[in-house]
Amino acid sequence: MATTALEFLPAPLRSLRLKTKQQELLLRVSTLALIYVLAFIVRLFSVLRYESMIHEFDPYFNYRTTLFLTEHGYSEFWNWFDFESWYPLGRVVGGTLFPGLMVTAAILYRFLRALSFAVHIREVCVLTAPFFAANTTLVAYAFGREIWDSGAGLVAAALIAICPGYISRSVAGSYDNEGVAIFALLLTFYLFVRAVNTGSLAWSLASAFGYFYMVSAWGGYVFIINLVPLYVLVLLVTGRYSQRLYVAYNCMYVLGMLLAMQIRFVGFQHVQSGEHMAAMGVFFLLQACISVSNASPAVCLISAIAASATMKNLTTLIRTKTKSPQAASGKTTGSKAAAKGAVDQSLPFQQNAAIALLLGAFYMLSRYAIHCTWVTSEAYSSPSIVLAARGHNGGRVIFDDYREAYYWLRQNTPPDAKIMSWWDYGYQITAMGNRTVIVDNNTWNNTHIATVGRAMSSYEDEAYEIMQSLDVNYVLVVFGGVTGYSSDDINKFLWMVRIGGGVFPVIKEPDYLVNGEYRVDKGAAPKMLNCLMYKLCYYRFGELTTEYGKPPGYDRVRGVEIGNKDIKLEYLEEAFTTSNWIVRIYKCTLLRLHRLSTLYLVPPARNARLEVAIALG
Amino acid sequence: MATPLPPLRRGTLLLLLAILVGVLASAARADLVISKAERRVDLTSYIVRVLASLKVENVGPDPVSQVLLAFPNIQAKNLAAIRAFGSEGKLKGQSIVLPIEVVQPSGAPPELTFFSALLPKPLEKGKTLHLDVLTVFTHSLQPFPEEITQAEAQLVVYQDSAHYLSPYPVKTQTLTIRLPGGRVESYTRQNAKLVDSELKYGPFQDLPPFSYSPVIVHFENNNPFAVAKEVVREIEISHWGNVQITEHYNIIHGGARLKGEFSRIDYQSRPYVRGVSSFRHLIARLPPRAHSIYYRDEIGNISTSHLWGDSKKTQLEIEPRFPLFGGWQTTFTIGYGLPLQDFVFTSDGKRFLNITFGSPMEEILIEKLIVKVVLPEGSKDIEASVPFPIKQWQEVIFQDDWSVVQVKYSHLDIVGRPVVVLEKPDVIPEHNLYFQVYYRFSNISLLREPMMLITGFFLLFVACIAYMRTDMSISKNSPSYLAKLQWDEVQATVQKIQGIFEQYLAVHDKLEGSLRDLSRTGDTQTCKAARKAADAQFKELSKELKPLLTSLQSSPQSYQIWPKVEDLIAKEREMQEKLMTRHSTVVDSFEKKLRGQDVENRIGQQQQKIAALRQEVESLLEYISEI
Repeated sequence: MATTALEFLPAPLRSLRLKTKQQELLLRVSTLALIYVLAFIVRLFSVLRYESMIHEFDPYFNYRTTLFLTEHGYSEFWNWFDFESWYPLGRVVGGTLFPGLMVTAAILYRFLRALSFAVHIREVCVLTAPFFAANTTLVAYAFGREIWDSGAGLVAAALIAICPGYISRSVAGSYDNEGVAIFALLLTFYLFVRAVNTGSLAWSLASAFGYFYMVSAWGGYVFIINLVPLYVLVLLVTGRYSQRLYVAYNCMYVLGMLLAMQIRFVGFQHVQSGEHMAAMGVFFLLQACISVSNASPAVCLISAIAASATMKNLTTLIRTKTKSPQAASGKTTGSKAAAKGAVDQSLPFQQNAAIALLLGAFYMLSRYAIHCTWVTSEAYSSPSIVLAARGHNGGRVIFDDYREAYYWLRQNTPPDAKIMSWWDYGYQITAMGNRTVIVDNNTWNNTHIATVGRAMSSYEDEAYEIMQSLDVNYVLVVFGGVTGYSSDDINKFLWMVRIGGGVFPVIKEPDYLVNGEYRVDKGAAPKMLNCLMYKLCYYRFGELTTEYGKPPGYDRVRGVEIGNKDIKLEYLEEAFTTSNWIVRIYKCTLLRLHRLSTLYLVPPARNARLEVAIALG
Repeated sequence: MATPLPPLRRGTLLLLLAILVGVLASAARADLVISKAERRVDLTSYIVRVLASLKVENVGPDPVSQVLLAFPNIQAKNLAAIRAFGSEGKLKGQSIVLPIEVVQPSGAPPELTFFSALLPKPLEKGKTLHLDVLTVFTHSLQPFPEEITQAEAQLVVYQDSAHYLSPYPVKTQTLTIRLPGGRVESYTRQNAKLVDSELKYGPFQDLPPFSYSPVIVHFENNNPFAVAKEVVREIEISHWGNVQITEHYNIIHGGARLKGEFSRIDYQSRPYVRGVSSFRHLIARLPPRAHSIYYRDEIGNISTSHLWGDSKKTQLEIEPRFPLFGGWQTTFTIGYGLPLQDFVFTSDGKRFLNITFGSPMEEILIEKLIVKVVLPEGSKDIEASVPFPIKQWQEVIFQDDWSVVQVKYSHLDIVGRPVVVLEKPDVIPEHNLYFQVYYRFSNISLLREPMMLITGFFLLFVACIAYMRTDMSISKNSPSYLAKLQWDEVQATVQKIQGIFEQYLAVHDKLEGSLRDLSRTGDTQTCKAARKAADAQFKELSKELKPLLTSLQSSPQSYQIWPKVEDLIAKEREMQEKLMTRHSTVVDSFEKKLRGQDVENRIGQQQQKIAALRQEVESLLEYISEI
């Protein structure tokens, strides 16, 4: 025992011995600090395994806007009209986003610069999510302490630090709204509960600001604005109304609402209550159905309380058991045996069972921690821009084709070039390629997307006409047939057909299917074999041997030999194909324009509809 | 000629010729004669190097102290470097570098540019001087045709004069042009001889001053035409032991532009045929012991690079994200750290940086090179010495106002670091000479930043301590503040009560001890005395406890704790009683000399109760302490 060891120390040192309370505080603070650090570093696997870069699709938009914010200042950011996306419509960026994330990153950046740490804004953006995840553990601790005790708080903090659902949204580089929003969500809840518990105006004011931050960061704020009234309702129904509740809720709701209306994207939506509530209900349902990760903090908290309560009960049980024999041993020799017998008689197996349970719980928690770490490093750390695979000799092969293509666009196309691609790649092209796109991941205009879908599913001449009307200079397609990368445009193609056909009835899904089956080989539908997407993906692919022992033109994703090996392009030419063929870029040749206008007669009706569509968009 | 040249170029040649004939008349410049001139032109790379070995003889009466070198303006504007080495005497001896300056001799035609090589000592009458002149030209190979497809080889045109253009008469001379091999489309056939990939003109005898005879070579050259539009090379010195170098490149393929498609399949299947004019990697020779090397661009790390190193050098092969065809460009950044002691030295109390000027890339032409030397904060008396003319200025980069486009990063700077900026156009590998930047810097300034950090943290802790120790509440009468005060009081009281109870327990232990002694020694008197002492102590403790309890009871904040305390007191009383009875029973039994077995029987029940009570008291104490 430590205490006995201390007794041998000289007197001055013994006076340094901490009291039980101080020991507990030290232990608690250091555990919390460890959890904080753990929460941060477990999210750095992506930097370790890849590099410090922004991940996926949406974060690229967020990064681009943050860059704009830091370069041009807040008022210009607020009034930003972006010409580089949704050509020719453009996008009112300031009014169609939740600025919380960007403003947070910009403030962090300025703060660090003010402390004269010369960091790059990219590093700040990459590390924003892990930093906020670490802060979330602190809030979780405070929340747990508020509703149970500090032990529960610690377990909640530990669980939230390694909860896989949360990690997947907040690894380094995943620069998305959820990164800060989950922190804001938990903070608002905590502050509100605290406000209800104390009835203090200051705490409810703080929770209103927490709510404002949440609204500015993420559309998921409706989660709060539904849950908080629900909580209040339950309190009312169970007859636990108090003045504290009244103060807390009124202040929080009124101020929170007024503040939330300051976010342009939310605006008056917030007060058009009925409509908003209905939307809320649907969103809440969706939220519950789609993303478990968003609800996971609550789950974490509940399980934390359960786990910590169990552990605590078990440990107290053991502690009392271990204590009583000691107490007994201190008694007179004569009475020793009797006392011992009495204790053992009253609780025969409880102690052993408790130890077993505790060990079991410990084992399960540690397995959980190991599993979470593993899952983080393996599954959630991929930036999805850079693809990694195992080579024949077991080495790691990196496919950096996306950046190869985007950088080529950035360097070797005219600055005003317009790129047409499916909307998935829009944000990346504008952020990394710095070129104008027709559609992007902010899918606000369905007609515009349908126009692109229609172009992709039409014959080349028709598609060319659509592209001319949209001023397109380059077309970009993603193709995985060489590498076996399955989320490519051929696999997404049916969606293009459906979305295109949803607005333009000339595109009919059955034309691309054979007996309801989607194929690209010899048995494929003729329209499929000659549509623009097929041609662009498989142009000159028929000459390439992809796999040993297979005929040339063997598609490794679909596992078939392609049906059209003799593809000739009339209006487009291959401008660039990446080293693994994942991204292929084609250039619209302008020379044929004159021939087109004289030889190719557009049916007037269809043309008119197209123009209407564009005008509407 | 098989390939017609663009009309404009031919026109300028004719014009030049006409002028030169005019110049001939006023040729008698000095009394120098070039008895032998051998010129070797190296066209294997994109950069053209001409080495002229001249044997100069003074036939006049007066000593001559300078030798004039003439170039037509169209060549001179592409001249990137000129160097002359001279040695006097019949045989070629130890040659020394001659200083060179631009001159404008009187009566010289404006179409020519003159340089003068200054001799260390005047050339006496009848003496001979060996003069080697190395000239390096850029942009002298014109791609023709200007646009080619992916599969075509790149053809370039080179123009020069078969005769050595000189203000002095030349007795005998030859011109050798080394070609890279491969196809030679056409060349001026007059007096020419093509052996393998060497084209020879001459020998020509006894030509008057300013002789000019144009020759044109049209040949295949697929060597990388790597042209850097701009390179910014930043050298940052840290006296903690590192020289950090960061180089930003903007590279373009300066050869014939690609027309039509770029087909990956063609390039993949036969890269050296279909894509012969392109290049896909560049090699940088970094100094030895270079470390922390990185290679990236605006959108992240580029994973295609290889590194070898030995004690002489570190070789870095970098591959841009895509192969560069004619007209394509890319940008990237490489960075590396070098050990400080290899590059920064001290002399006469001054420190100086001694490092190469140009870029470490092999065979690259840099159209604009900006070298920035970032000295540590607090450096003074800065001066740079560069072995060739450059544009130079100094600036102090203050912390830029939070913008993303940062010129310079510098952690924990307050006044900013002084930066020496050196700018030079048309930099070629020949400019990779050492240059020096001298400055004064005291070692104490090194400690400034760590001290700043230490002070910062110290102040933070002081602030924390101050915050914890001071009463920050605004109103001293508010209910919450009063409640807090009361709560603190309650806690203090409870702590005191706990102390008393611990004393109680200690007394209990003492009593137990006396019983144990009794069973060993059988001395009932000491045992009784112990009991008396315990009694007294109990009374005293109860006295102490009384005021505490009343104050606790009166406090409004103790509503939670009070019942427990009451409970505790009751339990303690009961335990005292039990202990006392047991004690008297045991002592009694001893006096009556009963057997041990009987004693056990008599006190057994009491024993159990006392143990249970003690446990209860302990758990209650623990509970209170947790509150």
